[in-house]
Amino acid sequence: MLDQEIIGKLKTILGSDYVSDAAEELFIYSRDQGVQDPHMPDCVVMPGSAPEVQEIIRLAMQKKIPVVPMGGGLLLSGLTVPLKGGIVLDMKRMNRIIEINERSHYAVVEAGTSQGMLDAYLRKHHPGLKHSLPDAPPSATIAGNIAIHGSGHLSQSEGGFHSEMVTGLEVVLPTGELVKFGSCSTVPAWFSRAPLPDLVGLFLGWNGTTGVITKVGIKLYPRPSLHDVMVFMTEDIDLAPMIISRIINTEVAEDINYALAPKPDYLNGFQMTVINVTANSEAEIKMKKQIIRDALHDFYETKEAGFMPVPPNMKAGFLEAPQKALSKFADVRKGGGFEYVGAIMPIEKIPEACRAGMEITARNRITYSLGARIIGRGHCAMFFFAYPFNRVDREEVERVKKALEDTNKTALQLGGIPWKAEVQGQQLILKQMEPETYRVMKKIRDVLDPAGIMNPGNWEVG
Amino acid sequence: MMEKGLVDILHRCFRCGWCKLPTNYHDINCPAYLRYRFESFSAGGRMWLIKAWLDGEIKTSERLAQVLFSCATCMNCVEACAIPHIKDHLVDIFIAARQDMVETGIIPPSVRDYFKAMNTNGNPYKMPRADRKKWAEGLNIPAYTGQEYLLYIGDEASYDDLGIKMSRSIAHLLNEAGISFGALFEDEQGDGNEVHALGELGLFAELAHQNISDWNRRGIRKIITISPHAYHAIKNEYVKHGSTFDVYHYTQVIGTAILQLPKRREYPSRVTYHDPCYLGRWNRVYLQPRSILNSIKGLTLVEMDRSMQNSLCCGGGGGNSFTDILGTGPDLAGRSRVREALSTGAKIIAVACPQCYRMLDDAVKAENAQEQIRVMEITEIMNLALP
Repeated sequence: MLDQEIIGKLKTILGSDYVSDAAEELFIYSRDQGVQDPHMPDCVVMPGSAPEVQEIIRLAMQKKIPVVPMGGGLLLSGLTVPLKGGIVLDMKRMNRIIEINERSHYAVVEAGTSQGMLDAYLRKHHPGLKHSLPDAPPSATIAGNIAIHGSGHLSQSEGGFHSEMVTGLEVVLPTGELVKFGSCSTVPAWFSRAPLPDLVGLFLGWNGTTGVITKVGIKLYPRPSLHDVMVFMTEDIDLAPMIISRIINTEVAEDINYALAPKPDYLNGFQMTVINVTANSEAEIKMKKQIIRDALHDFYETKEAGFMPVPPNMKAGFLEAPQKALSKFADVRKGGGFEYVGAIMPIEKIPEACRAGMEITARNRITYSLGARIIGRGHCAMFFFAYPFNRVDREEVERVKKALEDTNKTALQLGGIPWKAEVQGQQLILKQMEPETYRVMKKIRDVLDPAGIMNPGNWEVG
Repeated sequence: MMEKGLVDILHRCFRCGWCKLPTNYHDINCPAYLRYRFESFSAGGRMWLIKAWLDGEIKTSERLAQVLFSCATCMNCVEACAIPHIKDHLVDIFIAARQDMVETGIIPPSVRDYFKAMNTNGNPYKMPRADRKKWAEGLNIPAYTGQEYLLYIGDEASYDDLGIKMSRSIAHLLNEAGISFGALFEDEQGDGNEVHALGELGLFAELAHQNISDWNRRGIRKIITISPHAYHAIKNEYVKHGSTFDVYHYTQVIGTAILQLPKRREYPSRVTYHDPCYLGRWNRVYLQPRSILNSIKGLTLVEMDRSMQNSLCCGGGGGNSFTDILGTGPDLAGRSRVREALSTGAKIIAVACPQCYRMLDDAVKAENAQEQIRVMEITEIMNLALP
């Protein structure tokens, strides 16, 4: 519990409206939507500017109070749950869109800007441009998503993880300095991380242990006016890598997702490869779809697989962005929850991952949705093992926890790496990581955060 | 006690945050979350806190009361929620939780004062019932004696100066259109919509029964309301207490009677229309107010980014225009709405609700924007365009 003098100082920095140590805020910020155990913060604060973040961090450093930065709070793996108490820094008041560069195709936004608000802003003011939307709800933040190496609907066609689309960062270091990284550190524009030494990576994938991101530059991409979807079905799991590679190699698909689930019943046993295609004319979209059909011709000629006619309501769901389907998945068990391991892995591992996922869920007596988003032009996949649960069924929650543990281990055994892993998953990763790599990570963290205040408990050997 | 059907779905909220934004994601669209920004004040946070409260994980407190009573019952969460089987019940749950809190006796002082005024004076302004006739002074408005419609004025349009401007303007236009109507003046009493929204369902039932019985006794069959809040209460809540009236918001009646009105002259103006939540999201009346405005020659109607089902509440719903739980500051929904209206280049914010009128008029002053924009009720604009 923080003493009232510190709460008072925080209120002096932010105003009393944006500092709370009330039981209600402590309860909500002590947990996320997943199955990780709650940990109470001592207070929750909501800065409105980078200088305010600096003041909070300086105070926390001086008093050695843990600080946990938080964006949308939708991680499910407890990365913004304050394992050691302290201050949760909810960044969502900082949600200004600062710049859109129409010619150099980038946006600069404050860290709390939501995916939905940037998308709406672009649609209104720059209708020819878009950013890569994750499958998260629209309230997810841009900065939170890039910080966890998120991916989205342009990850296949436009360059990989969202962290790879970052053109620059502004960060408050754990010692309180406000620092820019990328071209914005040298010239007044946020177009690129090159050709400078690339320090942006010091804040991506670190789970908030190296600083607080306050501004992000991200790449924008053309927004074609037409959008369509094709769904390729097969019953043979082993065909998946080949099918996916063929589609990737056409270079005309915008987004490629692969999925299988036991429900609805009529789709049980089938795998769907969902292919999004965009274009600026009917002729172009027709041509792209034909190229994809041609690439998969021999599969449907031999009746091994085929395109599914997509009814209008299903198509509307596929074309929706962001998609409500993921949130609806939380209601599969009528219980307001799901968990998942998103494992980044080579594409050829997809069949093994599917089998392992089905085996793990059968063993733990839970249901599932399995699938993958293709990242880059076939450079890897974000394979998801998603398990819905009923929040009030404690026994089921425990089974899902066990399934997560099994899945993390399996993902690593398969040659993948769990994405935005919870603390236990992080420890499994660190156990397998080369010791020298971990030593460098630790050295960097010790230099950046000498007081050890930033999201303690994360990326630490247990 | 919250009914079992609602308790049973509390845990199904995933707290995914769709409820914070409109369906086009333009900006935060939940007045309580916009004002306070803590997750606890979003609809999802409120769901989780109500569950924790009913499970005994958190105690009754002033802060919890603030979380519960800051909801503007604007229905944005219902519109935007991703989970089909719970979305329709979100606001029902919030009202039921308020009811539970009312029963504990721990409620914010301003809510307590509101109930007290309603109990003692029959209106939140603590004004005598006799003053209910003042709105019509100088107008030739007949008392209800069997005309086609009862014009139900309601508390705000009887006592609040902006509300009175509105009721006078509407009554004038109904007269111009040749609509057969009468009013009850000092025989009228509050409809109780805010009493209901604030969770005092006992008092609401009493008001509903009294009104239904009085109106039945007078032979009233058709009712025109000034306020969308009254429209909602009488149309959708009174039926649960046995009423069978045909209920219309005035924009529906005037929208249909436009052709009966005298030929209008031009009124060149740039206007944006603010959808009242209780007319829009609650009752899906979006087009009639716009048709009235579009019937005015020279008037250019411009839409805000958040309009129709995505409209931002003025912040006055759910009793907030009386209880003021949302307080002050630039993040008040009304002020955000005025800034949004200014961004359209409009010179007039057209309203169709006396609560929106008051909230937005105050917000224009708080934004110091009186030189750039003003708030007008739809028929006030119509009346300016009449010869």
